[in-house]
Amino acid sequence: MTTATIPEVSPRVGPVEGLRQSLTLAWRTVVQVRHNPWEMSDFSIQPIMFVLLFTYVFGGAIAGSTSDYLTFMLPGMVVMNMLFVTLYVGQGLNTDLTKGVFDRLRSLPVARWAPLAGRIAADQVKQAWSIVLVLGVGMLLGFRLGTSVAGLLGAVVLLLVFALAFSWVAVLVGVVAKDPERVQIFGFTALFPLTFVSNVFVPAETMPGWLQAFVDVNPISILTDACRGLMLGDPWYTGAVAVPVVQSLVWAGVILAVFAPLSVWALKRRV
Amino acid sequence: MEHAIWAEGLVKRFGQTTALDGVDLAVRPGTVLGLLGPNGAGKTTAVRVLATLLQPDAGHAAVRGYDVVRQAHQVRQLVGLTGQYASVDEALTGVENLVLIGRLLGMPRKRAKQRAHELLAQFNLSDAADRAVKTYSGGMRRRLDLAASLVGRPPLLFLDEPTTGLDPRARSELWELIRNLVAEGVTVLLTTQYLDEADALADEIVVIDEGRVIATGTPEELKAKTGGQSLAVRPAEASDLSAVVSIVGELAEVSPDVTGDLVTVPVSDPHLLPAVVRRLDEAGVVVTELTLSSSSLDEVFLTLTGHPAGSQDESEGSPA
Ligand SMILES: Nc1ncnc2c1ncn2[C@@H]1O[C@H](COP(=O)(O)OP(=O)(O)O)[C@@H](O)[C@H]1O
Ligand SMILES: [Mg+2]
Repeated sequence: MTTATIPEVSPRVGPVEGLRQSLTLAWRTVVQVRHNPWEMSDFSIQPIMFVLLFTYVFGGAIAGSTSDYLTFMLPGMVVMNMLFVTLYVGQGLNTDLTKGVFDRLRSLPVARWAPLAGRIAADQVKQAWSIVLVLGVGMLLGFRLGTSVAGLLGAVVLLLVFALAFSWVAVLVGVVAKDPERVQIFGFTALFPLTFVSNVFVPAETMPGWLQAFVDVNPISILTDACRGLMLGDPWYTGAVAVPVVQSLVWAGVILAVFAPLSVWALKRRV
Repeated sequence: MEHAIWAEGLVKRFGQTTALDGVDLAVRPGTVLGLLGPNGAGKTTAVRVLATLLQPDAGHAAVRGYDVVRQAHQVRQLVGLTGQYASVDEALTGVENLVLIGRLLGMPRKRAKQRAHELLAQFNLSDAADRAVKTYSGGMRRRLDLAASLVGRPPLLFLDEPTTGLDPRARSELWELIRNLVAEGVTVLLTTQYLDEADALADEIVVIDEGRVIATGTPEELKAKTGGQSLAVRPAEASDLSAVVSIVGELAEVSPDVTGDLVTVPVSDPHLLPAVVRRLDEAGVVVTELTLSSSSLDEVFLTLTGHPAGSQDESEGSPA
């Protein structure tokens, strides 16, 4: 008769307990990656292919030498890859919503914010792994750090902070999209133009004035500048690196402030 | 005695659709309530409200005295939910799915693993414990899904169409598992589209249609009311059709339903079959089909509501 005894019920979940539950859910996503590590290649092969294509096909024409172009482009490639990897939050969340896993989680006595927090926390692990992947390929091809290891770590931390904020855009897409495939379609239709109209592949100076104006405020350009400054320094990025770093953080704050409440609202409407 | 589940006047609307239109329920502890209704009747909506996943637009509901809206967290500690579609993580193995839930419920790692293996053994899934769920069959998924809702040994279990889509063997296996849980004292709320399932498992049946309760009672009471079985007769010669209709109608004391050359009638008296056979024989009517089977939900509906299940959908059909 063990099942029929009335268990003790507690009135609410404490924040520490909620954090532990989020970490448990993050563990789940890490296990998914461990089972299928090359699932990452869905998005990461893209940047790696771009690194190879742009370096060897366009590199000579754009920058005069392939190794110069690789150095110029790789920080931007890491940024682009980071944006695409955030889509995993959206895809994972969408899968949970469509398969009913999200309902099961909500039916358990866990903190209301734990399922979402767990998703986003786990995404940071995937982010770190994919940054290493793209940088690793770059280094194999001859990319060399122009600053210090501290600069590189600073860039990685900045990328992760930005990813955390941008994950909320992916959450919104994941909630609104009908199925996981559509989350990926969003990636292609929105993120590709946004990264192409930036300074990731070519310097903005060569573009017409009106386009330059957009490129200069595009957060992807700003973050790329910050990464160039932190990883390469002179002559790839001249000027105070603190400027694009602070601007990137401000952008991250704005994205978070807009998309976090919007996503939570959309999620409440969907479930 | 306090009710395990109690609901009064539950209303839930989705835009123009009224999924629940004033539903009352009362379930005594340790019993099984079968919520019976056709597709779109509002079964899933009712379960989701009671499991705190949806907020009702009007009415109240309580589980073990805890209000499902104001005391949702307490309710979640008491209820295990198995939704209409298996909601397990396909990328994880069976053990990992159950350990995840144990950990979320606050069990230490070792305890969670132990409980996972215990449940997998109980549900005959030990061999598949370390396989990814995406390789599981439909029946295995269903069992794992049920196991997942039992990790915390909840005193109440909500099962939304637990056997829909399962083959007969998997279905009877699942029935057996549910019976075992009931024997342990678990209170069960079960939704189904099948009268025989409600009959086999439930102590009490609530029939709902278009978000409204249209009948309540024990399986016996309902069967008495609706004719628990149905008799079908198909004459060999089309010219005998009217003779068959009049014989069957006279003995059953209801006017039979005729589809093509098949005559069907709800039956509550077991002596009807031999009487029909005798009279047909006397009249010299040869039949190619004569069957007595459990009434389908459609027949129950026809009797209770006077319209076949889901027929209003056609009459309301879109203006296009
Ligand atoms: N999330 C939803 N949005 C809009 N309509 C819904 C939603 N959920 C259910 N409905 C509608 O409510 C009615 C009852 O649905 P449901 O509770 O799923 O019935 P059942 O489980 O008995 O098949 C149906 O007409 C269905 O289309
Ligand atoms: Mg349903």
